[in-house]
Parts: sequence; structure tokens; C-alpha cells
Amino acid sequence: MNIVVCIKQVPDTTNVRINPETNTLIREGVQSIVNPFDMYAIEEALRLRERFQGKVTVITMGPPQAEAALREAISLGADEAILLSDRAFGGSDTLATSYALASGIKKIGQVDVIICGKQAIDGDTAQVGPGISVWLDIPQVTFVKKIEDVEEKKGTKYFRLERMTEEGHEVVEAPLPCLLTVVKEINEPRIPSLKGMMRSKKAEIIKWTAADVDADPKKVGLDGSPTQVVRIFSPTPRQGGQVLTGEAAELAAKLCELLKGAL
Amino acid sequence: MDYLLTEEQIMVRDLARKIAQEKLKPIVAEYDREEKFCWPVIKLLAEADLFGVYIEEKYGGMGGGILDLCLVTEELSRVCGGVAVSYAASALGTDPIILFGSEAQKKKYLPDIASGKKLAAFGLTEPNAGSDAGAIETTARREGDYYILNGLKHFITNGGEAEIYTVVAMTDKSKGQRGSSAFIVEKGTKGFTFGKKEEKLGIRSSTTSELVFQDCKVHKDNLLGKEGMGFIITMKTFDMSRPGVAAQALGIAQGAFDLALEYSRQRVQFGKPICSNQGVKFMLADMATEIEAARGLVYGVARMIDSGNTKVSKESAMAKMYASDVAMRVSTDAVQIYGGYGYMREYPVEKFMRDAKITQIYEGTNQIQREIIANNLIKESLANSKK
Repeated sequence: MNIVVCIKQVPDTTNVRINPETNTLIREGVQSIVNPFDMYAIEEALRLRERFQGKVTVITMGPPQAEAALREAISLGADEAILLSDRAFGGSDTLATSYALASGIKKIGQVDVIICGKQAIDGDTAQVGPGISVWLDIPQVTFVKKIEDVEEKKGTKYFRLERMTEEGHEVVEAPLPCLLTVVKEINEPRIPSLKGMMRSKKAEIIKWTAADVDADPKKVGLDGSPTQVVRIFSPTPRQGGQVLTGEAAELAAKLCELLKGAL
Repeated sequence: MDYLLTEEQIMVRDLARKIAQEKLKPIVAEYDREEKFCWPVIKLLAEADLFGVYIEEKYGGMGGGILDLCLVTEELSRVCGGVAVSYAASALGTDPIILFGSEAQKKKYLPDIASGKKLAAFGLTEPNAGSDAGAIETTARREGDYYILNGLKHFITNGGEAEIYTVVAMTDKSKGQRGSSAFIVEKGTKGFTFGKKEEKLGIRSSTTSELVFQDCKVHKDNLLGKEGMGFIITMKTFDMSRPGVAAQALGIAQGAFDLALEYSRQRVQFGKPICSNQGVKFMLADMATEIEAARGLVYGVARMIDSGNTKVSKESAMAKMYASDVAMRVSTDAVQIYGGYGYMREYPVEKFMRDAKITQIYEGTNQIQREIIANNLIKESLANSKK
């Protein structure tokens, strides 16, 4: 089974702050990590490889330093890593990013399944995974919490998957190739091994530019991005609540007054 | 302080820290309370290749040294001294094989230890032979190609959990210390069983058990070195393993200190955090300085061993003695800084004080360490005055 995992390097949001004057992220001194949801995607890919054999390729789009995220994936056991890096990709929104990643995946060749985390913790859009499936014209199944099995029907292989929805769990089937986004309930990511870390230090990272993946220049970077971030700001902290004390009847009346006033 | 660790050593340390902080910390109270062996974390350490850091690459290890072992032990110990000793005691059981094992013995036993598939343990202590290792009563009688072991070992760390035991027994009682020999005995060997599991004050997530030998047949191929080398094997093993106990103590001190510092910033009395009181500040400064001094000593002796120096008895004893005394002082002061909360089991700091005590006792009490240090000083002085 040829498995591709899309990952993103993100600032560790547990310590991210916003400069109140410029409304931009303060990036200095903030550590970069692999998007935590993508760690579940990597783990699930490794488990699929253990179940069905095959190869795990990790791909990311980002600046040269995003290589560190790919090396981390290799230390966990990924076979190959590709970095899409080009000035032309700069300023890409989710549409342009999913286009660039889809172009890279096309170049990889025959792929059975693409796995993404359900969303990135910096932008929180959850759009890139589904976007890739649209560019590649393959089915997508989001919020997967379990890959039950692979079944073959009339010469086509299907995944049997369990999805997590707000209403409950849904069991669905999707023909291969398809794209899955996974939730953190799907597994517990492993810890890297020393041997894996040694291997990742020496591993060669494949680097592709926009031209390498035959990307249409109009569809990447700022030109390919219809959405723009106008402003980033910290929401004003919520004011403390009000505690009412007194007799029940009196309190009920007071509460009704307050609620009326708030409407 | 920057100890100029290599890139590999930093990798080893950070990986151990990750496991300790992310996987061990959430379960540490449960394993301490219920006195259970912490298999989940031991398995993770195995999968991460950390059991092989000090073992040569040709036997499946990572080719590092005692400093690597110390770094892992210290990181584990900052969270739990019990898991740390389970890890370090496997190295203690392995050291005799590394130091005195034949090529065949190394090939047979080291790869499974390096991969963490099997834990090792060292069986020396007996009810009547603690510091006086020459007084052991377990016997090994030669019969054809076999030795027949009879006797009881107690207080054996990893007893029952480990698969590979290096055991010291008397092959010739008449020769005293020079009449002991060391053997590799595998779990499951007929006549080898486990007795009482001890209930302990601290390091409760580690197992401490009796080893019982009743006409246990051990093949002569499992003799380490030669007959009569038991005592020297023991002494050389301890020279190599004491930095591990020292690193355990160091980690306990650091872990207790980290908690105390954090708490002193948060605890407000008389309208200000208690860390702004000079009395508390001075305590914190002394604790941190002693920890750093201990670390310098531990890493220093580990590096000495890794550079191939075999005369390390004095320095090894100094590191073990000093680091464990620091662990006891610092963990006691950490409880003090926590005040009444520190005494309560609900808070994490009292465990460090309970875990610290054993480091002043095992692998030679600190009184024995002082004996070793002083004897070496006198020997060196004598040798110098003869020149």
C-alpha cells in the first residue's frame, strides 16, 4: 500500500502570543513542531504499513526549515520525505496550498491513500486535506477515528472506516485511492527510537520546487490565493460573571430582570 | 551549566526526557501508590532503544557509554526514582557480562538486553552479606559440566521481572572472598525461583525480590571469567555502576528542586510569593548549587570510565556518595518549602524524599563509600611517599 501523509510545521501554540500593536504572531523564540494532529496521521500511516506492507511518504509545503518536521516523521519510521519549497509558494492560502500538495502527490505517482490530520493548530481551517482530494478528484473521508479494514469488491478495494461526527459515529466505505483526515482518537502516536533518529539525521530529503511539480504559477502563492488575512487579534478576555445571592424567589425575579435586560 | 554533550548524547537525553515527561509523569503516582512494576514505561524505553545506549554496536547497542546511561537514568529519576532504578539495575546486571563475559556470552546475552527485550539483574546481597560481600553463603558446587547452586539472595532489584541474572556464589568457601565466582543464570532455569517481594519506603515502582536457588544446575559455560573471580567482578562492576546510582540520585534531587522552585513562586503568604523571602531564596540557591556540583562529579566520572580509565573506584565512590547525600538534603528541603502540603501524599514532592533515601544505602552504603575513598587516598599517598 502506498501511503502519503501530508504534514505541516506549526508554531507550538501553547506559547504563542500576538503583538497587540501589529496584530501579528510573535514568532521569536517560539518552537516549531509538527502539527499535533498530523502526528496521528503519521502514526496511522505506519500502522497501515505494518498491516498491509507498502511505503510511507511524508510531504510538506513550507520554508527550508520545515525539513525538521520531515526528519521527525522519518525518525518515527516514514520511508521517504518530500519538501515542497519555493518562493512562488509564499503567501498561499488553503486553496493554493492544497493545489501545491496535490501537484506534489501527482508527481509521486501511484498512491493508495493520503492521510492528513483533521486540521492544523495554527490556522484551524481543516480545509487543506479536503482541498487536496478535490484537486486530485478522489473521495475524501474526514474525522476518521478508525480504519477497520480493507475489503475487495468487484476488483475495487474499499476502506471500511469509522467517522466521528457531532451526532455520533458513522461507518462508511470509500474506494481506494482516497483521502482521510484523522482525529486524535484514532491512535496513540509512538515515541521515536534512537535508531530512527540516527536514520533521520542522515536521510535525504527530496526537495521539489513549483516547476518540479508542474504547478500552474497562477494557482500557487498569493496569485492563487483568493482569501487574505486582513487582521489577526486576540479576542478581549471575557468579563467575569455575576453571582446572585438571596432568597430563591427573589433571585428568580432578579435573574429574569437581568435576562430581559440582556436581550 | 553546559557540559558539552555530543549531539548523540543530547538526542539520548531529550528522548529519555520526552518519555519521562509525557508518558511516565501521568502514571507515576498510581505506580508508586500501588507498588507495581512500571512495565508500560519499561517497554517504551525498550522501543526507543534506550536500553542499549551503553552497549557496543556489534552487540546491538548504540555504542555510547556510561555517560549516556547516566543521562537516561537522570531524566527518568527527575520523574520517578523507581523506574530509573529498574532501568539502571538492568545495566548493573549487564556490566559483569560487558566487563568479564566471553565473546560467546556477550553474543548470547547482550543483544536481547540492548534491545530491551530482556531485563537483567545483579544478585549479590544476602541476608547475612550486605556490605560484607565476602560473607555470602550461596554455594556453587561443580558437578561435571555443571555448577549446582544453593542459597538465597535478597533485596534484588528487578528480581522476578528480569530474564538474565548475574549471581555471585561461593565455589570455594575456604578461600573467603577469593573463593567466590559469578554466574549468568536465566529465569526459568530449574531450581531457580523467586521468593518474597519486598514492600518499600520509596522506589516503589521497582521490584525488589528474593532469588531462591535449590539444586539449580547452571552450565559451566555460564561462569563469568574464572572460578574465584567473583569478588573482583563485583568490585569492578560497582566501579562502573555507581555513577548510575549517582545519576539516579542526581535526578531525584533535580526533580524535587524543580517542584520546590515552581511552588515557591506560586505560594503566596503575607501577600507575596514565598520565593521572595530571603530564607527561601537561600535554600533554593544552596539546593541548585549542590545539584550542579553533584552533576559535575557524576558526568566527570562517567567520562573517565568512557575514556577507558579503569582506576575509578575512588571517583566512582565520591560521585555516588555526594550525589545521594545531595538528593537526601535537597528532597528534604523541597518538602520543607512545600510546608504542610509537602507532607501530603496528594502532592508529588514527598515521593522524592522517600525515593532519595535508598540512594544513600544501596550499591554500598555511603559509609562504605567513605571507606573506599579514604582507603584509596591512603594507598595513593603511600605510593607517592615511596617515590
